[in-house]
Amino acid sequence: MTQNLVSRRNFLKNAAILSSGLIVPFTALKAGKRVQDDPFTSFAPNAFLNIKPDNTIEIILAHVEMGQGVWTTLPMLVAEELDCDWKDIAVAHCPPNPAYNHTAMPLIITGGSTSTWSEFERYRKAGATARILLTQAAAAKMGVSVASCKTENSCVISGDKKLSYGEVAAAAAQLPAPKEVPLRAPNQWKYIGKGVKRLDTTAKVNGSAKFGLDVQYPGMLTAVVAHVPVFEGKVKSFDASKALKVPGVRKVVQVPRGVAVIADHFWAAKKGRDALVVTWDRGMGASLSTPDQTQRYRQQALKDGLQAAKKGDAKASLAKAAQTVEAEFVFPYLAHAPMEPMNCTVRITGNKCEIWTGTQMPALDQAAAAKILGFKREDVTLNTPFLGGAFGRRATPDSDFVSEAVEIAKASKEFIKLVWTREDDMKGGYYRPFFIHKIKVGLGSDGMPVAWHHNLVGQSIMERASKIFGGGGGGQEKKADDTSVEGVNNSPYLTNIPDHFVGLHSPKEVMPVLWYRSVGNTHTAYAMEVMIDALAHTAKQDPLEYRRKLLKGHPRHLAALNLAAEKAGWKKNLAPGHFQGIAVHEAFKSYVAQVVEISMVEGKPKVHKVTCAIDCGLAVNPDGVVAQMESGIVWGLTMALYSEVTLAKGEVQQNNFYDYPVLRIHETPVIDVHIADSREEMGGAGEPCVPPTAPALANAIFEATGKRIYQLPIMHHFNKA
Amino acid sequence: MITLNVNNSAHQVSAEPDMPLLWVLRDLLNLTGTKFGCGVAQCGACTVHLNGEAVRSCITPVSRAENQQVVTIEGLSKDTTHPLQQAWMAHDVPQCGYCQSGQIMSAAVLLRQNPDPTDEDIDLAMSGNICRCGTYPRIRKAIKDAAKIQKQKSNA
Amino acid sequence: MNVTNQQKKYRIPVIPTVITLLLLITTSAAFFSFTNDHGKKAPVVNADSLASVQAFTQVYRVLMSPRCMNCHPAGDQPLQGEDSHIHTMNVHRGTDGKGLYALKCTNCHQSKNVPGVHTPPGNPKWALPPADMKMVFQGKTAHELAIQIMDYDRNGHKNKEQLLEHARDTLVKAGWNPGEGRALPPLSYTAFVKAWDTWIEKGAFAPK
Repeated sequence: MTQNLVSRRNFLKNAAILSSGLIVPFTALKAGKRVQDDPFTSFAPNAFLNIKPDNTIEIILAHVEMGQGVWTTLPMLVAEELDCDWKDIAVAHCPPNPAYNHTAMPLIITGGSTSTWSEFERYRKAGATARILLTQAAAAKMGVSVASCKTENSCVISGDKKLSYGEVAAAAAQLPAPKEVPLRAPNQWKYIGKGVKRLDTTAKVNGSAKFGLDVQYPGMLTAVVAHVPVFEGKVKSFDASKALKVPGVRKVVQVPRGVAVIADHFWAAKKGRDALVVTWDRGMGASLSTPDQTQRYRQQALKDGLQAAKKGDAKASLAKAAQTVEAEFVFPYLAHAPMEPMNCTVRITGNKCEIWTGTQMPALDQAAAAKILGFKREDVTLNTPFLGGAFGRRATPDSDFVSEAVEIAKASKEFIKLVWTREDDMKGGYYRPFFIHKIKVGLGSDGMPVAWHHNLVGQSIMERASKIFGGGGGGQEKKADDTSVEGVNNSPYLTNIPDHFVGLHSPKEVMPVLWYRSVGNTHTAYAMEVMIDALAHTAKQDPLEYRRKLLKGHPRHLAALNLAAEKAGWKKNLAPGHFQGIAVHEAFKSYVAQVVEISMVEGKPKVHKVTCAIDCGLAVNPDGVVAQMESGIVWGLTMALYSEVTLAKGEVQQNNFYDYPVLRIHETPVIDVHIADSREEMGGAGEPCVPPTAPALANAIFEATGKRIYQLPIMHHFNKA
Repeated sequence: MITLNVNNSAHQVSAEPDMPLLWVLRDLLNLTGTKFGCGVAQCGACTVHLNGEAVRSCITPVSRAENQQVVTIEGLSKDTTHPLQQAWMAHDVPQCGYCQSGQIMSAAVLLRQNPDPTDEDIDLAMSGNICRCGTYPRIRKAIKDAAKIQKQKSNA
Repeated sequence: MNVTNQQKKYRIPVIPTVITLLLLITTSAAFFSFTNDHGKKAPVVNADSLASVQAFTQVYRVLMSPRCMNCHPAGDQPLQGEDSHIHTMNVHRGTDGKGLYALKCTNCHQSKNVPGVHTPPGNPKWALPPADMKMVFQGKTAHELAIQIMDYDRNGHKNKEQLLEHARDTLVKAGWNPGEGRALPPLSYTAFVKAWDTWIEKGAFAPK
């Protein structure tokens, strides 16, 4: 089985280098060549591929593996064109070099459920280019014509002659790049649409897979930080005398967000932190509390916000409607809580710096480190091990935990690994924003909506992020932040409603907000799909039929909806006491519908089954898509049932999994996933699976209990009698 | 100095008796397959075997492991051939993979004590292990397959 | 919030209670003789139904507090926290009361408390009663619980001496060393032992 060979080797290599006191950047790229490789024996036809004399096919990923499966999917794309032996493949994350910039964004980023579709051409072309050059080199060496050659299992074959890719790699490296790189037709595909086993599984079942937290080197110390408990607060003063007496504690240094204790290992650092005495200046944020914020946002939602969508005159039409339905939805702040807490390892030597961290935006983190240190970017090397979950949390525009680690290394002059505890992670920042939606819908005499008036209130994610990504947001500009309103302003339902208005208020708070798996759709899909269900009920129509009528002209929504309903057996042969709810939503260019089946057990909803249909266009690795749907459904159930971050006096109230619970295996339903046979435009998989789960569950709860849930999480509505 | 036996080899570590076994394994013995997830026995990422039981090493003081037998994911099998590891590979269970060492160590106790686990048995054994990627449906399938592999191996 | 409720629940006005108890005892006092492990009846000296019942009322408050009741649940899952919710993680009793598979009590609960809030409380004997002797407290009235505790076949086969000794058990004592952030039982340990002894020594009467 293929393993994380490259990463492991680099770990070893660097261990050797570091123990001898030297540090050299590795995997820096110049003109498509990896400088640490001997250019006369290796063949790197482009930044994504490096063929070694030993026949290793090293594939360098422009996206990071954080669970979603790019470690396998991107190699599939290369292998589809390269005809390499699957077992020869070794995979590595890219260094922060612009050669690996996203094909649709001006930086290296793993996010937005874009990895597969955005690389569909680039990685196939990388493989195809290499095959052409290897064939040319082999043909010359064998003294045969290129036309007589075929390629299979990492070999070029002509008649009874055969050369391995490794044997001709050096010669191929001398050839000019081909002008034309034709790609294979779908009917020739061996991997795409069929799928292969993941390439990272072996390492992930025997403990050898290295995550950021697993970085260990001789001489490396561990840093644990006492963070200011209120965002944008500061350290007033601190007394480290007790902390410094803890065996193993080496140094205590102040950093922008708190006080860092540096020790021989985590436990000593943690004990040292517990022994610190810090006085905080809590700052302006100390006045923020969830009840106050709710009241403030409620008031704001009564006024029209910055226009995000408009057609006709919603207010006038509402006044004339036969019936109106009103609702207010409240969504809490949410923490990503990936299993691997935030961490970052930093070593500064002279005017060079080396960083190891699980990040979704390595080049951005590299730049942040360079800025703090006053170094040139290229003097900062950044290595990306596996990410123990990310879900958006490891893509921070201000590189929060990387910056903190660099600050600690700089202030202490030590080689440190910064480790956040779970509590640090829960309280340390970056949340799905708190949102309130206020919706008023007018129905015609046929029960169908004629007017839709919708205001949203919630912090803008792009306010901070637009520095990097461009685009609007923040309420200061004239354009509504799309990450706040996506799923409402582009809702397929609205296009068929003659008069509608969507407005957005983007208040500013000290709470740092960020994209959280499926971003704005986490709340917009809920508001839309629960509202549509309420309308169907008011109109005394079946929720599925009602949606079908409203989604005329939206064939991909309809196809997903119908597939999910058919496979779930919508309201057919349901066990006694079982109820179903349905929802459909498009996000990140994929269309997902889900039917959630529940019963009420001891007054609480128990989820028995979730049937899911997705149209993501071509599914490159179908089992990978299924895995993402399963993942997103479990995520969506956690979010709907349990997830909530609240504030009191500016402090996050949640600490760990005991008060921020996540779904466990005994609460996990049967999940049945169906991929629509589609050749429409390719979409994503990692995030589109999340949005429909929560509303479909809430709609099932309504069927079971007659209770509409307008405020998440659901657990608050059923916990106590 | 505290002596403990980890994966069938004796180790002497210089650690305070209250230092959790997790940090002894990770930071002193460089066995990083066992993960830190919560620090308070909530998530199961740190699960190792102490005398065959699936203890949460993040809150187990190393003093408890003194002169006892500890097995970590690195020592579950020599060559990744434990039935659970094979079944995990067959079902492509891991996504980010961070929790999987703990999941497998928990499942190993289940399979040892119950060679033919039902869905309910799986719930009874595995609900202490959190997976944020939501690999639970595959964990369930893989445990059942591992039970079959285990039987085949014992019959062979 | 739950703590407040809990306290309210136990804030029983003393005088009306005593009067009620007097009335009950005079009409339907239940007298229990002890059965030792050889099935012989042990004589009770100094029987005093009023003092005994009063003492048990105090004992009952302790037994029904989360520190005791959480491990004497009505179902097969332990309870947790000041609100005695079902223990998260689907933890179950198992036949020996020590949990099941990868969720055995001592996989998380150490022989002593681990520092910090929300860490598992510790005791060398941490367990539920076994499946064949569940010794349920949850949901029991004072009357039912007193009778159950005196019932040799439902109290873990304890005779009088063993019952008296049980109040000195390390696991019972653990209720008064609950770990950071957990409320203590409503009586001090000394007061509890005194009430326990008084209840038994004065005849182990059950309130109605």
